[in-house]
Amino acid sequence: MSTQQSRSAAKLMLAPAVFLLMAWMLVPLSMTLYFSFKKYLPLRGGDLGWVGFDNYTRFVSSSSFWPAIGTTFLIVGGVLVITVMLGILFALLLDQPFWGQGIVRIMFIAPFFVMPTVSGLVWKNMFMDPVNGFFAHLSKAFGSDPIQWLSQESILSLTIILSWQWLPFATLILLTAIQSLDSDQIEAAEMDGARLLGRFWFIIIPHLARAITIVILIQTIFLLAIFAEIFVTTAGAFGTKTLTYLIFQRVLESQNVGLGSAGGVYAIILANIIAIFLMRIVGKNLSD
Amino acid sequence: MARAISKKNKIINSLIAWTIGLIIFFPILWIIILSFKTEGDAIRSPIAVIFSNWTFENYFVVQDRSDYFKHFYNSVFIAFGSTFLGILIAVPASWSMAFVPSKRTRGILLWMLSTKMLPAVGVLYPIYILFIALGILDSRVGLVVVLMLMNLPIIVWMLYTYFREIPEEILEASRIDGAGLREEILFVLTPMALPGIASTVLLNIILAWNEAFWTLNLTAAKAAPLTAFIASYSSPEGLFYAKLSAASVMAIAPILIMGWFSQKQLVRGLTFGAVK
Amino acid sequence: MSWIQLKNVSKKFDDLEIIPPLNLEIKDGEFVVFVGPSGCGKSTLLRLIAGLEDVSSGQIFINGEDATEVSPAKRKLAMVFQSYALYPHMTVRKNISFPLRMAGVSNAEQVKKVDDAAKVLNLSEYLDRKPGQLSGGQRQRVAIGRAIVREPQAFLFDEPLSNLDAALRVGMRVEISELHKRLATTMIYVTHDQVEAMTMADKIVVLQNGKIEQVGSPLDLYRSPINTFVASFIGSPKMNIIEGVQASKHRSESIGIRPEHISISDTNGTWEGTIGVSEQLGSDTFFHVKCQFQDQSITVRAVGGLELAYGQTVFLTPDQKHLHRFDKSGLRIK
Repeated sequence: MSTQQSRSAAKLMLAPAVFLLMAWMLVPLSMTLYFSFKKYLPLRGGDLGWVGFDNYTRFVSSSSFWPAIGTTFLIVGGVLVITVMLGILFALLLDQPFWGQGIVRIMFIAPFFVMPTVSGLVWKNMFMDPVNGFFAHLSKAFGSDPIQWLSQESILSLTIILSWQWLPFATLILLTAIQSLDSDQIEAAEMDGARLLGRFWFIIIPHLARAITIVILIQTIFLLAIFAEIFVTTAGAFGTKTLTYLIFQRVLESQNVGLGSAGGVYAIILANIIAIFLMRIVGKNLSD
Repeated sequence: MARAISKKNKIINSLIAWTIGLIIFFPILWIIILSFKTEGDAIRSPIAVIFSNWTFENYFVVQDRSDYFKHFYNSVFIAFGSTFLGILIAVPASWSMAFVPSKRTRGILLWMLSTKMLPAVGVLYPIYILFIALGILDSRVGLVVVLMLMNLPIIVWMLYTYFREIPEEILEASRIDGAGLREEILFVLTPMALPGIASTVLLNIILAWNEAFWTLNLTAAKAAPLTAFIASYSSPEGLFYAKLSAASVMAIAPILIMGWFSQKQLVRGLTFGAVK
Repeated sequence: MSWIQLKNVSKKFDDLEIIPPLNLEIKDGEFVVFVGPSGCGKSTLLRLIAGLEDVSSGQIFINGEDATEVSPAKRKLAMVFQSYALYPHMTVRKNISFPLRMAGVSNAEQVKKVDDAAKVLNLSEYLDRKPGQLSGGQRQRVAIGRAIVREPQAFLFDEPLSNLDAALRVGMRVEISELHKRLATTMIYVTHDQVEAMTMADKIVVLQNGKIEQVGSPLDLYRSPINTFVASFIGSPKMNIIEGVQASKHRSESIGIRPEHISISDTNGTWEGTIGVSEQLGSDTFFHVKCQFQDQSITVRAVGGLELAYGQTVFLTPDQKHLHRFDKSGLRIK
């Protein structure tokens, strides 16, 4: 429906949100862009002039860059693999009838609602501490040396922590997708002679394909931006500097704003590439 | 998909589900237990911990020494403030897109969602110096504004989907009945969309409460919410497991409860409707 | 007290012209029915009159005043929607008093008017219930009640009976007609059901693809349809339209004869055919007769209880007095 009056009213009502988000986008972004082309060291001299694409090349050629890429890849990839695989299994499990469904669901979902700093510190201290942590006590009980989780198996440790946090998200999404599958389809397949594995492979998995894609895309975007867990556990040490953390350090810790801003631009481009794929899927859904 | 299955299968499913559930929930369970133990007991082996004495002392100590409730209040202020501010701005915007769609509506919605994808670290420095220039670094108000902007796309999106579920004829009937725009939104739309608005508020309070990038980088002594407060335990003095547990339990308890009620909203809000 | 006039009113959605320029006059107190197949624009036309959509061109006059730019509320029209569009979170009483509240009527007045309307519509017992607790027919009446209290210049009905079951529909038809007699207010009624149109209207407007095919009283349309479309649309079962040799015998491109104007005999008549499906309604019997000169069966009405065997040979004789003749473009030949 629309009349002239409602159309003008609508434009007015949309304006604040659009204006605010546009300002939120343009102002800081253009500032980052601006800084990326300058040599700017607030603690050591301030604005030292334009340097063209210098920061961009230096960021990529720095010795921390490729390790950061590797770390990011390992952590994000690891979490994705774990959460999607376990997410599918857990979703299938939660879809079955059993006693105490309500309480079990709370238990499965809870980790997602724990704030990242609590999550990081609890795992670091109460579980992974090589002297007093839960795992340390377990290892001693079995007569072996406790694992130095965060100082040696640091990437694995972070992957475990993040997987614990994001598993509920994947499980919930996939569970929703499974429950939207018509039981008729599965029963028809049963009548057609498909056994458990067949039903799983030919009907459930294809139906889940879209949900899995969405889980992967959304989680990737959020995982790339992970900060607090690293901040409170390793502060980037032991090879746990992700791209995001590297940029943070350049900008706020070593205060090489120009360099950090160039890094920020890289991160933004990367996120946008993934966002394009995600928006395509969302956009298709919007057209109904 | 609830079909009748054999009792034997139900028992097996229950066993597996409960076992895995308990494993996943264990860390939370463990810190609840540790929060009621003395520091000395908290670092002992698990069996010893369980059978040692229970105490409430940690809950008091945390409040005394580090002014827990100030940080709690900051979290409340920031989470509720940013969410309600977002609702104020989003309701008209979502109304407009849901009921007077134009050719550009889809594009605008997608654009808004894409702003959520912006990596915060990419604009960290500009926001940081802007806040200093405006004098709002380490202020609750500053954080309310930033978090509102971070969550606005989700709030707009969720309200949009809930508004679309309202039959448009009812709004048209109110127009014919003489309701102007203000009356239409106030007396007809909002009451009908109340469950949807409540769900949106719930989810976004949770997201704002748990936000741990801006709250860590833009606050210090005055405006630090619970996220930052807990982060201060990363450089502890002496034994601290029990205190950390108590502080953590207090920090996450409200959200765990709210989170339980917002599962469906979580799917709707964070997958942008791509999964139904 | 109102007459409504549409002058060269047209409606476009994007570039698609749903309603080409159209002229129509509705007299004060008339019960006018817009009827036509799905997508003919009847609902759109109603919504243009209501002000819920803007006209793309042309003018709408209400009581001689140009109402084209006036908002829906200020046109003083009341609308009953197909889905009733009741406010689910308000009681029946609040639903009905809502327009009065919007108009700033005093609380005492509101109570009085709501009680009066409720009495007229048999809703007095239900005033404190919410729509979710009412049956379809009751919700219907609440929607009508909400329209009545406004004492509007005209009532607009958008397929109000479509969501009711058949038995309820017949009853409500009578109630709405009685309401019209009692209030003597102009009513514009949209439906795709030609039975509703025929039984309720003072004047019928037949629409197809946004164009007015014919305007007239029910009997006018029944007796003198202006073209084959109106001829087939009005009357149930449909008029038989016959082309070819049988039509040229009457110097026409096609002829039309209603089932009730054909007599059937097993001995002699104008056309020979065989019995196909027969429909026994008790009060009437309808036979679908296959004649040689066309593929389409001819529908014939006969007295209730008459049984003829499938495949039996019969003879049909059309009543010449009620034979309609149409030319190449489907228009009536006088």
